[in-house]
Amino acid sequence: MRFLLLFSRQGKLRLQKWFTPLTDREKKKVIRDMMMLVLARPARSCNFLQWRDLKIVYKRWYASLYFCAGLEDHDNELLALEVLHRYVELLDKYFGNVCELDIIFNFEKAYFILDEFLMEGEILETSKVAVGVSLEEADTLQEGEAKEAWRPLSAGAC
Amino acid sequence: MSPSVPLQEMIRAIRSARTQCEERGVIQRECATIRAQFRQADNEGRSHNLAKLLYVHMLGYPAHFGQMECVRMIASPRYSEKRVGYLGAMMLLDEKQDASLLITNSIKNDLANSNQYVQSLALCTLACMGSAEMCRDLAPEINRLLRASNSYIKKKAALCAVHIVRKVQDLGELFAPSARCLLTEKNHGVLHGAVVLITELCECNPESLELVLIRWCQCLVISGYSPDHDVAGISDPFLQVRILRLLRILGHNNEAASDAMNDLLAQVATNTDSTKTVGNAVLYETVLTVLDIKSESGLRVLAVNILGRFLLNNDRNIRYIAMISLQKIVGTDHNAVQRHRGTIVDCLKDQDASVKRRALELSLALVSASNIRSMMKELLSFLSSCPPELRSQTASGIFIAAERYAPSQRWHIDTILHVLTTAGGDVRDETVPNLIQLITNTSELHCYTVHKLYRALHNDISQQPLVQVACWCIGEYGDLLLRGECQEMEPVQVTEDDVLDVLEAVLQSHMSSPSTRGFALTATMKLSTRITENVDRIRSIVSIYGSCIDVELQQRAVEYNALFKKYDHMRYSTEWLGQRFLVFVCSTFVVQSAGLSPPICGFPQVCDLLDLLGGSEPPLQSSPALGSTAPLPVGTAGTAGGDLLDLLGGLEPTAIMTVLLSVFSVAPTVSVYDKDGVTVTLSCEKQSDSGLSITLTASNSTDSDIRGFTLQAAVPKVCISSSFSFQVNLKMRLRISYTSQGSAVQDTVQVDSFPGLGH
Repeated sequence: MRFLLLFSRQGKLRLQKWFTPLTDREKKKVIRDMMMLVLARPARSCNFLQWRDLKIVYKRWYASLYFCAGLEDHDNELLALEVLHRYVELLDKYFGNVCELDIIFNFEKAYFILDEFLMEGEILETSKVAVGVSLEEADTLQEGEAKEAWRPLSAGAC
Repeated sequence: MSPSVPLQEMIRAIRSARTQCEERGVIQRECATIRAQFRQADNEGRSHNLAKLLYVHMLGYPAHFGQMECVRMIASPRYSEKRVGYLGAMMLLDEKQDASLLITNSIKNDLANSNQYVQSLALCTLACMGSAEMCRDLAPEINRLLRASNSYIKKKAALCAVHIVRKVQDLGELFAPSARCLLTEKNHGVLHGAVVLITELCECNPESLELVLIRWCQCLVISGYSPDHDVAGISDPFLQVRILRLLRILGHNNEAASDAMNDLLAQVATNTDSTKTVGNAVLYETVLTVLDIKSESGLRVLAVNILGRFLLNNDRNIRYIAMISLQKIVGTDHNAVQRHRGTIVDCLKDQDASVKRRALELSLALVSASNIRSMMKELLSFLSSCPPELRSQTASGIFIAAERYAPSQRWHIDTILHVLTTAGGDVRDETVPNLIQLITNTSELHCYTVHKLYRALHNDISQQPLVQVACWCIGEYGDLLLRGECQEMEPVQVTEDDVLDVLEAVLQSHMSSPSTRGFALTATMKLSTRITENVDRIRSIVSIYGSCIDVELQQRAVEYNALFKKYDHMRYSTEWLGQRFLVFVCSTFVVQSAGLSPPICGFPQVCDLLDLLGGSEPPLQSSPALGSTAPLPVGTAGTAGGDLLDLLGGLEPTAIMTVLLSVFSVAPTVSVYDKDGVTVTLSCEKQSDSGLSITLTASNSTDSDIRGFTLQAAVPKVCISSSFSFQVNLKMRLRISYTSQGSAVQDTVQVDSFPGLGH
């Protein structure tokens, strides 16, 4: 996989993960092109399209959120759909009946979840349960630290 | 984990902005605060600030001032700060930034941290944005983690190693032994990572393949049902697909490996449940593997049948990928794919644009001599309803197919006309000269063609290529049109006025391009010799354009006017009327190298004509000027028209007549090459009213055999399709090459005088 994008029907980017190095300009161009191509597709179309030398797989979830992945030639498109589906399930499990707002207000967590599932464009962990467990433990670690380091907030701090 | 309140407040504030301007204002204020707080040495809410900045960055605003803060946060001992810091590094830093090098040390330290979650952050970030230098630096660390750590870290280290190998191929050797050890793990995540790593190593270095791997793959795929990894009844499809891909690489070009995996692939292909997408994903990968390795024919047939089943699936996605796969093998397993032609052609009618595109490509690849008529029907009906972005491709595909497999000339012409009427705006430029040449060559259909084109033109003058061809045809064969009778169509009475009306409409229409107008004007002019009553009308049409804004048209009109005045007396001499002007479709004589596009009848390349007179060399090879698919602009006829008149000026009318008459008589043979017993003789014959056939006969009078005899003939492109072209010095160059008695001979001969052509 070369990249994974989440964007809304109105063209707002919600998450971007790049698995190859690109300049900022190139990234912006890809995002624009993807939005243009995907948002123009009618409902019930085929979920695959061809763009430059990449295969694009996209799917719409939660009424207005598009998940879009760019694949290389040797990647399996049907499996990519499964990968997107799996990511949605992980989000669902973590947030409990997730919707777009959850992803907006907790975007950093969406990234953390993604990083437990995919790395270098490949799947990291194939078990849903295992991903859930590691996320929980990492969060516990963070909470524990916060409790230990609690002290009265000084005025002027955010 | 509790949400970051400050972050959420900011997000709320940004979202409640009603205009872009307001949003920018909010963001500028926030960024100013964040910048100020970054400058403070210690600060409770550092992670919140960075998170805010990252959100702003995602909206598209500049955030590079946060890079150093990321570096600082990564170095912090607190996990929450590290987490956000590393996220920031992945979003804001990439290998091209200098700041990325600064984190190498932190990553190194964190890789050795006692807490696995800290280690994992470091691994993740290295895999995301590690540059080649960083990779080289940290590779030994990663290798250590591959061997001696828990499964959680091992799987991450494996994919990190994949990143390193992709960046710096040489480091693959370092990881190879560790990778093989990983294959004995039970943990699916580690196994998956190991398979990916080994795939990557095998792609770089095929020598590290071993048959043992295949037996291991076999065990894995058949064994165990693990509920944790189950997806809709398929056990760990992600891992299965990865293993299948590895098998593909192992079996590619390797007979022994392919044999070993035969059974395994057959088993997966038959036992996988195909009711859900997941199962189909595994089947798809299996099919791809079978088709790519040296599989036995039974297995291949099984694979193609699976694709055939996919084609009938209700799910569009499955149909789409079936067609992609079939496209890959249509060259090698043509007959197998032909069996599914019906379904593929049906997919042309699908609503979805992606599916249509695939179906089109595949259909074009499946056209053959036996199915050309039925396929063309389907393709033509597709053309009339296809989305605009596919029209050009469809049109060219139809032309190529028609060119290759046309069952008859008339069918060919009909097909091209059909395409021009349906999608005239989307055809390529060389279609017009190609069609003209085709029409010229099919002399028995001139009458039919001109009638058909006249009718098409009468209905619609907006499709430029069609209009151009129609004008040319009417100009050339207008007398056949006016005669009214035609064997192949119902006769229709066309008067001279009707024809001139149509041509005038083309000239005056705002839809006609300048080159189309040129065609129409020339056609009008040509008709002046073919019709009897309305010459004055023609003269007035032509003289109007003498003051046209378009320079091309103006020049032509002026020259034609001059012809009217000076040479009017020639018009009525009986030898003129009824003669068709020689159309030397000389491109057929031109050397064609294999694989060149069909010969094009370039338009009056009068520059070549003049070069010829000046004695310059006609090109022998398929130089771009001759072989290119872009036709010469028709306008060149106009520019050199003046020179044509000069030609005329030097000759007495009677001399011209003699010359022309002699063209049409049968000429004797003349020898053009005679050396060492190999002779080539040339004779010219009038083939038809508009063509001249030159026959070259080669003979060998030596005792030994001649091998590899090739004869190449070239003349300068003198395609004279505008009228009032007169006798020119025709020259031909022959290149003869052959092997005789072991030695190769190559000679070039120029033929300056053609028997019977005079000069």
